[in-house]
Amino acid sequence: MKTIQINKATQQFLQVQPAHSSFSNLRKTGLEILEQEGLPHIKEEEYKFTSISRKIEQQIQDYRSASSVKLSADQVSEALFSDFEGDIIVFNNGRFEPSLSRVSDEGYTISTLSEAASALLGTIANPEADPFIALNNLFFEDGIFLKVPKGSLVQKPIFLLHFNQAQEGQAIHARVLIEVEDQAEVTLLENTISLDEAAYFSNTVTEVKVGSNAHAHYYRLQNENKQAIVTNNFVTDIHRSATFTTVATQLSGDMLRNNLSLNLLESGCEGNMYGLYLLNGKTHVDNHTNVDHTKPHADSNELYKGILADSSRGVFNGKIFVRQDAQKTNAFQQNNNILLSEDAIINTKPQLEIWADDVKCSHGCTTGQLDEEALFYLQARGIGKDQARGLLLYAFAGEVLDHIAYEPFKAYCIEMVQERLGTQF
Amino acid sequence: MSKDNQILEEFTSKEYEHGWSVDMEVDEAPPGLNEEIIKWISAKKEEPQWLLDWRLKAFKTWSEMTEPEWANVTYPKIDLQALRYYSAPKKSKKPKSLDEIDPELLQIYERLGISLNEQKKLQGIAVDAVLDSVSVGTTFKDTLSKLGIIFCSFSEAVKEHPDLVKQYLGSVVPMTDNYYAALNSAVFSDGSFCYIPAGVRCPMELSTYFRINAANTGQFERTLIVAEDSSYVSYLEGCTAPQRDENQLHAAVVEIYAAKNAEVKYSTVQNWFPGDKNGKGGIYNFVTKRGICAGDNSKISWTQVETGSAVTWKYPSCILKGDNSVGEFYSVAVTNNYQQADTGTKMIHIGKNTKSRIVSKGISAGKSQNSYRGQVQVMKRATNARNFSQCDSLLMGDKCGAHTFPYIDIQNSSAKVEHEATTSKIGEDQLFYCNQRGISTEDAVALIVNGYAKEVLNQLPMEFAVEAQKLLALTLEGSVG
Repeated sequence: MKTIQINKATQQFLQVQPAHSSFSNLRKTGLEILEQEGLPHIKEEEYKFTSISRKIEQQIQDYRSASSVKLSADQVSEALFSDFEGDIIVFNNGRFEPSLSRVSDEGYTISTLSEAASALLGTIANPEADPFIALNNLFFEDGIFLKVPKGSLVQKPIFLLHFNQAQEGQAIHARVLIEVEDQAEVTLLENTISLDEAAYFSNTVTEVKVGSNAHAHYYRLQNENKQAIVTNNFVTDIHRSATFTTVATQLSGDMLRNNLSLNLLESGCEGNMYGLYLLNGKTHVDNHTNVDHTKPHADSNELYKGILADSSRGVFNGKIFVRQDAQKTNAFQQNNNILLSEDAIINTKPQLEIWADDVKCSHGCTTGQLDEEALFYLQARGIGKDQARGLLLYAFAGEVLDHIAYEPFKAYCIEMVQERLGTQF
Repeated sequence: MSKDNQILEEFTSKEYEHGWSVDMEVDEAPPGLNEEIIKWISAKKEEPQWLLDWRLKAFKTWSEMTEPEWANVTYPKIDLQALRYYSAPKKSKKPKSLDEIDPELLQIYERLGISLNEQKKLQGIAVDAVLDSVSVGTTFKDTLSKLGIIFCSFSEAVKEHPDLVKQYLGSVVPMTDNYYAALNSAVFSDGSFCYIPAGVRCPMELSTYFRINAANTGQFERTLIVAEDSSYVSYLEGCTAPQRDENQLHAAVVEIYAAKNAEVKYSTVQNWFPGDKNGKGGIYNFVTKRGICAGDNSKISWTQVETGSAVTWKYPSCILKGDNSVGEFYSVAVTNNYQQADTGTKMIHIGKNTKSRIVSKGISAGKSQNSYRGQVQVMKRATNARNFSQCDSLLMGDKCGAHTFPYIDIQNSSAKVEHEATTSKIGEDQLFYCNQRGISTEDAVALIVNGYAKEVLNQLPMEFAVEAQKLLALTLEGSVG
């Protein structure tokens, strides 16, 4: 454990009043936690396989949010995929860029966190759960608040687009708060574009509240440059009979750490999390997921799949907690990995903690290679070895992408995956 | 009170069968832990200098270590200075044959149903009985020695086969391994030593029976099994302790060394006093067990039935170093009342074509917590390693917990590793099916639990399987969740 240096820059930052007075408390607790705990090191169970703090310390001299960079409308439209129709929310180094965003306000409202002053902010993501939430609490300057009012059905997806570029050893602290009120429905997409090949450290916190009978879908792509160091905390509170589905696809970066937590707070709700990590080079991706069943009759499903090539490393830790009250819970978890090279490493830990007796919970985990017989079958039918391999890998990955219900984004993800696997037929 | 609750109540109030103790004259060390005590123990056992040095080195290592806290168990800290580290039944001279053994001692073992009297023995199991800190007698020694098998107490082995002991002691579990292993290395009092020469298939089951009798004493025994090339041995271990209000510590170390083509099967039925129904008393069972498949084609198999102890903390492991070696782990862990168990295994694949199989069945009832914690590690050079793990949990009652912490670390792309885990209670449809066919709920539960644990019980040697099955039936009688 090593506490972060409270240097001159940080002191200066702390003297300036935050954009809204309610941020002061978050700052205060964030600072307290970091002074006590510091950034996590590999001696700690949760960061056993991911020495991200060391990497960050090498990169970052000043933890303040980097300032915006030059960004044009063309760059934004280049980042879109074909057939996309919907609104765009642009972040420039974690800062909301209204001039480049396309906001119709159809069925939802968007504002900065300082304007909205929502009492929800900071109540969903607990800074004690992860030091990087505390770090974001301390240093975020402003963020966005997206609200889907009661009963509203947002027809078109909303695309959160992050543009990141390193600025003089500073960090990027994006902060997003999403409130989907009762009976509302929304689909959100997220992608990150690295503006150059230089290293940066991005530390995002997203808090989502899904109200009773509401439905939210969140599809995320992480395809950052080969130097990017990313920590991402995504915390969702799910209320009565609501559903929340997330599909995360990770393709590139230097070291990515994703903490995804679903809190199933009332009965009848459902949380689904799907993930695909397709790694090559030296990319290190660490997915920590956490499902907390607190009330009866809730379901959760989880499927994470990984294909690891070169000297990449994958870490998966899936926790399922079933509290004593949470009878009649169904919780399923699956993690499958394929190692393609001698140097790839996978560390996986599917973890179940159950205090209720009337539950059905299972987890499964496999690590292996492509089925030789399946390969032979395809080859015997005149399909070349490389193509057959690609086909099988694509089939393996496809099971995750199938959960993306918004077709154009699914097609986009498939295209990226096929490009990586070399199977564009 | 509904019938279910009533049955559950009856079950939880069931008393521990082996809770009696016998007053005997003992020879014991003063309480406390320091270099002097270690020297005292060593002198008492007339040990050679090298062993004393080894103990002192372990003590030094231990005093620099801190007690680990990562396990999913909570218990009041043990005051290690308040414990006695040596307690032995007083004897005037060394018994030459079993006839000379203190009749009181024999009586203890008679009461446990273990006859040390060879003439009366029908099953043909060689037993080394350990009471508190020392071995009280070993049976069938002559028959075994004809085949070149050495089976004796650890202190005897130190005196008579110092070279073997020196060569293998600490080779699998080094003294620096963990807090309790280091403590054991410093203060271990006795244990069993077993050596199977090359090419010998041990004709009978070897067995050690541990009994803690004295109060306020820690039991620290060490078992060392060495199986030379192409040999085979099946080894059993059983244990009980009297019912006392305070907690007692049991920190043992078991080391197994399997050479080329050797096979060792190690079975444990652990039935230490689990504490009363309010969670008072009981044994802390902090054990380090590890085997190394050092030679090619060797095999080590651990089978355990864990029903006792207030807190269990043990991970019988296999280091699969030799090519084509095989490691197996079969476990049934039953916890009831306030018992806590954090148990599992480690399979470290180093050699090529190594295989391991883990079957762990947890049953939690009452207010107990049952955790499986396992690690499967495939090293970079372990090509074609294969592992299958299955850990199932059965919950009875709504105040208990079942937890799974499997770690899977793979560094080789040719490895095939599978892990699956389920948690559930006994299905109402299963019970209904049995009821419908005239089987009472209680019998149906026993039937289902037995079927659930069968995969593991089948691995036990016959004599033990009977005991284990009885124990399981006893522990879970009528506990309808």
